[in-house]
Parts: sequence; C-alpha cells; structure tokens
Amino acid sequence: MRAGERIPELAVTPDRYVPHRYAGASGDFNPIHIDAEFARAVGLPGNILHGLWGMAQVARASVASAGGDPRALRRLSVQFRGMGVPEQEVTVSGTVRDRSDGRMVLDVVAEQAGNQIIRNAEAELELS
Amino acid sequence: MSVDTSRIGKSYPAFEYEVGREKIREYASAVGEGAPVHHDREQACGAGFRDVVAPPMFCVVYCAGAMAPAVLDPAIGIDFARLLHGAQEFVWSEPVCAGDVIRTSVNVKDIYDKGPNAFYVFESRSTNQDGSETARGTWTNIVRGG
Repeated sequence: MRAGERIPELAVTPDRYVPHRYAGASGDFNPIHIDAEFARAVGLPGNILHGLWGMAQVARASVASAGGDPRALRRLSVQFRGMGVPEQEVTVSGTVRDRSDGRMVLDVVAEQAGNQIIRNAEAELELS
Repeated sequence: MSVDTSRIGKSYPAFEYEVGREKIREYASAVGEGAPVHHDREQACGAGFRDVVAPPMFCVVYCAGAMAPAVLDPAIGIDFARLLHGAQEFVWSEPVCAGDVIRTSVNVKDIYDKGPNAFYVFESRSTNQDGSETARGTWTNIVRGG
C-alpha cells in the first residue's frame, strides 16, 4: 500500500451478546456494558460497547492492511468518543499517511451510524 | 475544575499474569479475531511463535490487574460516576504467547485539568518471563466536570 491509499474497510456487526462475551474475556464487567436497565438509569440509550472492543477492531483492520501478521503492529493510539451500541454495524476505515523504510503509518476511524466512536486513531506498522 | 496533582509519579506494586491458551482463544473470539495463529498451536508454531499468540490488544487483559489498584486508589480520588475512558495508546515489542508470565507495573504519569474536565493519565509497562518488554500503555481517563 502507498501513501494516500485507503486500507480495506472492516465491517462488523456486534451481536447483542458481544459486550457480555467481551466482559468475560477482558474482565471489564462495568454494568453500563452488560446491563441495559442500569445503563438507562444512568442516562445511556442502553448497554454500550466497550471502548477497548472498538480499539481491538481498529487493531484488526490495521494488522490486516499490513498482511495479517500480528507482529506488524508496533503502536496504536486512539481517542474514544461517541458511544457504540450492539446490533448496529461498525465500520473501520483508514488511509496510509506515510510509508517509508519498511514502516507504515495509518490514520484510522471507527464509525457507527455516522458517528465516530473511535477517532484520531494512529497505527504504526512494521512491514516484513 | 482544580485537581490534586500531588500523586503524579506514584507507582503501584507489579502484577503478574499467567497467559493461558484458552484465555487467548476466548479473547480472540470475543473481538472477532479468527486468524489461526490465535487459536491453533501448530499453526502458531509454524509461523514462528512459541505457542498460540495473543492478538496485540490482549495486553488489556494482562494489564487489568495492575491498572485496577491505580485507577481505584482513593488517594487519586477519581469520581467514577463521571469517569470516561478518553484515550489509549499501546506500544508493542515482544509478542505474548500461551505459557508466558507477564509482569506489569503502573505509575501515575500526569494529572491535569482542561476546562471543566480533569485528566488522569496512567502509564503501564509489561515484561515477560525473560525480562523482555511486551507492551507499554498510556491510559487517559477523563472525569467530566460541571
């Protein structure tokens, strides 16, 4: 991939129980992610996706753009913004900002229904 | 909002995490990561790993036990009702495989306010059983004011 090129888009629709499975896998059982009633009581639309699940999708799309070897990903920084919800498609898209000396830097965002849920993501990859 | 910055630089006891093969598979499945190197030992060894390899973001799993005492520290005084995970950065080095023992230390990198919000920034550093660094993390928590 060359500078200015878009990386292949990753589209994933988290099913209704993804936050529960991610809670078990990660150990983050904050009730805003797994208890819709609790989430509504604190002013959320319902239980929301874990931000770090979204960051994992950004990591997946970044690794895939470099050929799929997980060792390629050297650095990833993100900002969490609007909330993601289950049962709606999340898309991860990005552009190659720079490519030189076997390294590639990507600008990436994750969006859901037109809202950026992860923005200003920057991924640095080492190409073998 | 004016915040107490006296705890900048405070460090917390290291936390040790033993990486299980099934835990890597469980995590990989939860984030939709189907690549065989995260599930199948033979495929992972064929690709040059010691065992099933963790996806990069698995670092949040082995760091969790080190992060909790810092974020929950009453001396830091984070108000959980208004807490947001604002930003996150990881820098990776040595890959993490099943059977590894990862030791993570955390310190308070910065505390500051910006407008009505308070920012609490923690730094983690993780090493494996050989002393090689696996990941460094910068965890930015925002407490909304007003």
